[in-house]
Amino acid sequence: MTEQSTTRRLMMQFAAPVGAVVLSVIASAFILMIAGSNPITAYGDMLRHAAKLETSVSMINRATPLYISGVAAAVGFKMNIFNIGVEGQYRMAAIFAAYVGGAVALPTVLHIGLILIVAMAVGGAWAGLAGALNTERGVNIVISTIMLNGIALGIIAWLVRSWQAEGEIVVVGVGTEEIDDSGLIPNLNFIPEFFGDIRSEELTGVLIIAIVIGAAYHVLLNRTVFGYDLRSSGLNPLAARAGGVPPKRMVIIAMLMSGGVGGLVGIAEIMDKGRYNPNFVGFLGFNGISVALLGRNHPAGIAVGALLWAFLDASSDILQVTGAAPKEIVDIMRGVILLTAVIGYEIVRRIRVRDEAAQAAARLAAVPA
Amino acid sequence: MNDLKRTWNRAPAWITWMIYAAVGVFILTVVQSLTDTERLTSATTSSAMLRWAVPIMLAGLGGLFSERAGVVNIGLEGMLVLGMWFGAWGTINYGPWWGLVIGILGGGLGALVHAIATVSFGVDHIISGVAIIIAAPGITRFLSSEIFANYEGGSITQSPGVDGVGKFTFPFLSGGNIGGWTSPDILGWFIDKGWWFVGDLASVARGLTFNLSQMTVLAYLLVPLSAWVLWRTRFGLRLRIAGENPQAGESQGINIIRYKYIGVLLSGALAGFGGAFISSPELNGIYLEGSTLQRGFIGLAALIIGNWRPTGVMAAALLFGYPTALGKRDLEGTATHSLLLVAVIALAFIVLWALSRQKTSDAILAGALALLAGFWFLSADTVPKWWTDIQPQVFVILVLVFFAQRLRMPMAVGQPYRKGET
Repeated sequence: MTEQSTTRRLMMQFAAPVGAVVLSVIASAFILMIAGSNPITAYGDMLRHAAKLETSVSMINRATPLYISGVAAAVGFKMNIFNIGVEGQYRMAAIFAAYVGGAVALPTVLHIGLILIVAMAVGGAWAGLAGALNTERGVNIVISTIMLNGIALGIIAWLVRSWQAEGEIVVVGVGTEEIDDSGLIPNLNFIPEFFGDIRSEELTGVLIIAIVIGAAYHVLLNRTVFGYDLRSSGLNPLAARAGGVPPKRMVIIAMLMSGGVGGLVGIAEIMDKGRYNPNFVGFLGFNGISVALLGRNHPAGIAVGALLWAFLDASSDILQVTGAAPKEIVDIMRGVILLTAVIGYEIVRRIRVRDEAAQAAARLAAVPA
Repeated sequence: MNDLKRTWNRAPAWITWMIYAAVGVFILTVVQSLTDTERLTSATTSSAMLRWAVPIMLAGLGGLFSERAGVVNIGLEGMLVLGMWFGAWGTINYGPWWGLVIGILGGGLGALVHAIATVSFGVDHIISGVAIIIAAPGITRFLSSEIFANYEGGSITQSPGVDGVGKFTFPFLSGGNIGGWTSPDILGWFIDKGWWFVGDLASVARGLTFNLSQMTVLAYLLVPLSAWVLWRTRFGLRLRIAGENPQAGESQGINIIRYKYIGVLLSGALAGFGGAFISSPELNGIYLEGSTLQRGFIGLAALIIGNWRPTGVMAAALLFGYPTALGKRDLEGTATHSLLLVAVIALAFIVLWALSRQKTSDAILAGALALLAGFWFLSADTVPKWWTDIQPQVFVILVLVFFAQRLRMPMAVGQPYRKGET
């Protein structure tokens, strides 16, 4: 009986996300047919492209910042704090980290460490501001983080412009000073090269940071008292408070952690380009939220979500090349996956609650009175 | 003193609002006399404020219907995006009024998803809303690539130009026509006289009454209509019980699920109107990707500051619209600079108010900010462009900082409801 319920539970665990993907594939096929494209050709192109080694490397590169961003969002979501301002936090963090990194000359480990610490501190401070506004003045976190996104973009535009005016930026539109090699995390090309030729792709070394963040998140959540407090304040804030968890402090700590991790989202880009570039890659914050929702805030689930999003990114590129379908179809797929997964998880949760109630009832009936 | 206070409390709401507005214009006039700008009380500025506030107000009213029915609607930003796209598409193909209808339906479509997720399936309201915010731009991006990109003058990120509806000018106040007869322009006469403060008052009022788009008039008519529907009809009472105490409503035989659906759908429809308005010539004149500019969220802030009431939402939306309207044409930054002095005066009032209620921390915070703004005002003649850009967001946060805690939201807002459960 136990064995049967375990398989059932596992199946249900995956029913929602798999169902969401299947539904989005079907829905997109219909849309593609209406738009006059052949969905089979398009899907074939996407899969063939993803199967190439260099595409896999590029997918991991794209998934790395998404994963970090997903964990950043998940830390808050776990306790029902909706930090939807990772977008602003990582951009602020990235520009300051790149500026400091470009301004100093240090031995490798110290240099990289300094860049990471600045990124985490700035990201944490920007998110912590929203946390403090909430605990001290009762300002809604969703609204304040969104407003701080807008403010961050304004400040960054101003910084870039004023540096240009001071002549610190030699070529217009380039960004911050270039970081010395000592500050750049080396690539991990030896891993994919073991499997074959990866052409011009480079596997980002930030992957290691992402893995460390994922592991730390898992340990924190499941093996520490703080993680227990975090989860319990999310599940039942009143009970957690009665159990001695200070609610205000939890909000501040969760925001600091969320923003601190969020600050590292831009690191992959900085390490790749060696500077903060005005065309800095955007929307990693919002895509990270999608990935966190898709992965149910679970460290492994977020990774799967990030890879799925990266796959769709890569697919959009190849569709543009082959012309089998408009590349914007991946945006539709993302939307359908996200919306159906979110609803699917809730359906599965209800079924599970009902199952548990039925099991408890059965067990109670089995006990002689 | 007590008599005065009693009279003030007994005065009809519209009179107190008028007095607040007059005091506001008076402060602006005083500041304007001390600085070298004429924009603060110009008709151009007040007219721009009126238009800029429309999407904020409609999003706020949308949030009002949804939250009064107990459903938090963070997805308004996404519904604005849908309204923007469908409004532009409808206008290009069927004319502006049908465009408005189609934009409303587009926003309603986003709301339908939100209603199914939150009301029928009990998904967390914020999560569903966030999903809609993320999904909506993807959907419009695809639609643009399929449709607008094939139109002449359109592309993946924007539509060709969009037509507007007819204009309306208030008769007598600003010289509008009644059946072909041109009425006298009373406000214009006052402006021509140029009397201190009276002229400024007339100029602000003329911006609010002269050459309005009929869509703008319709949007503002929705404010009293919403108030009437929510507080004077049986429908409104039932909708509100869904947000205050759904179990009690259920015990009276009210179909709570249905009222929650209606509340969410109306909220999407209003946001769709707001989106269509952004695409209309009153603001952008085209569909432009990414041009909601967080007005869905500013609308939610207006809902909070407006204390979940239609008039409050409108006042807050106009307040939030003012700095943007002022900054829009203020390229050299002088008018925005004089706004710093307005901020100093407003903060000084907050200090007095906080001291009278013995709220020391509020007084210290407001005092510190007043000093900061005052120092900045004295140390420069203009403000840089980046400040003009981020000012709306800073303003929203500041207003929430001082006034978010005194308000009362519907009791059961955000809570999951399932029929038959207590």
